[in-house]
Amino acid sequence: MANVMSSVDAGNASVVIVQPSKGLLDLELNAIWHYRELLYFLIWRDIKVRYKQTVIGAGWAICQPLMTMMIFTIVFGNFAKIPSDGLPYPIFVYTALLPWNYFAQAISRSGVSLVGNANLISKVYFPRLLVPLSAATAPLMDFVVAFIALLAMMAWFDIVPTWHALTIPLFLFVALVAALAVGLWLSALNVKYRDVGYSIPFLIQLWMYASPVAYPVSLVPAKWRLLYGLNPMAGVIEGFRWALLRQESPDIGIMLISAAMIMTLLLSGIVYFGQTEQTFADVV
Amino acid sequence: MSDLAIQVEQLSKQYAIGMGKYRHDRLCDQFTRGLRAMVRRKGRPHLSRDTIWALKDVSFEVKKGEVVGIIGRNGAGKSTLLKILSRITRPTSGYAKIHGRVGSLLEVGTGFHSELTGRENIYLNGAILGMKNAEIKRNFDEIVAFAEVEKFIDTPVKRYSSGMYLRLAFAVAAHLEPEILIVDEVLAVGDVQFQKKCLGKMRDVSKNQGRTVLFVSHNMDAIQRLCSRCLMLEDGRLIANGSTSGAVARYLSSDCSRARPNEWIDVSRSNHTGTGQARFVAVQYRSANETVAFQPYSYGPLEFLLDIVSDSPRSIGSMAVTLFSLSGTKLVNADTIALGRVIGLQKGHNKVAVRIEQLYLNPGVYVVGLWLANPIDANFAGAEFDYVESAFEIEVVHLAASKGFGLNSKSDGVVTCHFELLDVTCEAVGTGIAPDWQEKVSLQ
Repeated sequence: MANVMSSVDAGNASVVIVQPSKGLLDLELNAIWHYRELLYFLIWRDIKVRYKQTVIGAGWAICQPLMTMMIFTIVFGNFAKIPSDGLPYPIFVYTALLPWNYFAQAISRSGVSLVGNANLISKVYFPRLLVPLSAATAPLMDFVVAFIALLAMMAWFDIVPTWHALTIPLFLFVALVAALAVGLWLSALNVKYRDVGYSIPFLIQLWMYASPVAYPVSLVPAKWRLLYGLNPMAGVIEGFRWALLRQESPDIGIMLISAAMIMTLLLSGIVYFGQTEQTFADVV
Repeated sequence: MSDLAIQVEQLSKQYAIGMGKYRHDRLCDQFTRGLRAMVRRKGRPHLSRDTIWALKDVSFEVKKGEVVGIIGRNGAGKSTLLKILSRITRPTSGYAKIHGRVGSLLEVGTGFHSELTGRENIYLNGAILGMKNAEIKRNFDEIVAFAEVEKFIDTPVKRYSSGMYLRLAFAVAAHLEPEILIVDEVLAVGDVQFQKKCLGKMRDVSKNQGRTVLFVSHNMDAIQRLCSRCLMLEDGRLIANGSTSGAVARYLSSDCSRARPNEWIDVSRSNHTGTGQARFVAVQYRSANETVAFQPYSYGPLEFLLDIVSDSPRSIGSMAVTLFSLSGTKLVNADTIALGRVIGLQKGHNKVAVRIEQLYLNPGVYVVGLWLANPIDANFAGAEFDYVESAFEIEVVHLAASKGFGLNSKSDGVVTCHFELLDVTCEAVGTGIAPDWQEKVSLQ
């Protein structure tokens, strides 16, 4: 019963058995590997279509975080006088906005991805995991574009990156995994409960204030720090600031808790997704 | 290694029809139930009151290289079966063993994105259908040529006409090269020319390339042309598995909107005009060919047995059975007036038999009209006794035994005829027909 849609290579013909249900943690990794080209095309489609028929095109990827940065600098930096660990507030907030914007886009897009691709899901077979996976990956393009603006700002503020900057891909990867984990849950839930789709924008808004975007982690009372780390993005943003802005050593405790939280979300997300996946085509 | 392509055992699929009810469940109820189900690994699918078996205990086998048609009414479970076989959804119980790479076409143009160009959509759609990038590259020019969209290949498909869109979509699908091809009603779209092209391609795929094909259609003509064997589903159960002609005949005769052959059809409640002094009350029709369950077929005979009630003895100079096309064109009018025979009716029920020797109609659905009059007594006011313009419908089928490439679809016209190829001459120069062609023909 456990091994259900397995492809077994017998000679050169593969045998597929379609049965009622599959195992708890059957990832169909070989199926995902087999369909890697489709994953590539889905990501490519999302990127390609993203700024079609717009005037400034990919400029939007820079505009949005820059505008947010300005408003945050005025409101939180100047009016509210929120500390920024001794760094210029604009770059302090922009460094956090990069991973945050990526994460927000990735979960909002992967959250509605299954419903948005309902026509595909009800007409063609492919590993369903590819849908939220591609939706969570495509916004990396925006990240890259916005990152170039960050480099320009660092030059402007005379901040020389150290070897810490080499860890950026790692933190970005953690952000991707976190977004995928949340995206798996949201997309699978959204298939059955469309309420999820409507609550995502609201969720993202709340989540941003629960993450150290506009304020430093040091503002959080020490006794609450570990609890604070349960927010997976706390560790990621903390990591970004450390890697790029030469802060003193980051709060390792927060990072570890964030990482553990991400793994928990990811594994449970895969299980939930895998179990509900079997009825997507019937429910969506 | 076995020569089986598909092996289906006791396949069943249950759907909850009261979906709305679950919506009102509390989310956390669902949640705990879901968790419990996960832990139990869904050993037994839970039975609910608002459920329907879309598929029930269906078992069959398909050999490699076989072309199998699946027929049945709407809601018979055909699409559910295809969805399970193409792994879009899972069965509730039973299993299907599939040997080889499956390509399924449940719709043309799945995943087309209107913002992308024709070229981009070919790659995207190809990938979605399971083609390898290299495979798409190799077939790219052929796909574009098949779709006849060369000039617009770098235009977003949202600017395409619906015909171009459809052609491009089918072209990609047609170049899918799986070992097992699953096709659902794809031919039901497009204009006549395009349908013909699709049918030709389907035939090419199945006959010449030796692939296993499962083909669902309501087009009995296409089914008969393409399939060597047929499965028929009714209410989720497999009720026929055998020769195409038998299954098709069974399908046609199970249609309640169309009258069955060889059975009395009550026409007394049809729309009658005329005096009604003599009138049709019931009719039987048949082709006298048992292998197609007496269904009429092209070039075959067609007999009618008419039950006429008359209020007194009278003579009928003109009794006619008329066949109309569905659009209402009168195609055949078998009128006894042409025979110069007068039918003498007695008071009460009279049985009259009429036989059309050869039916020169292509496969399709036709409407039967009935006419009863006595034009010889034209000075009488009541010369027209009965006229039923649309008594019932009959379906003319294609007798599988006929020769040909099977590509003469009904789009070639309503009426058919006997014809033959006389001679083929070759002229070194010039384009005209040889001047002595008449002599050559007469030699035949």
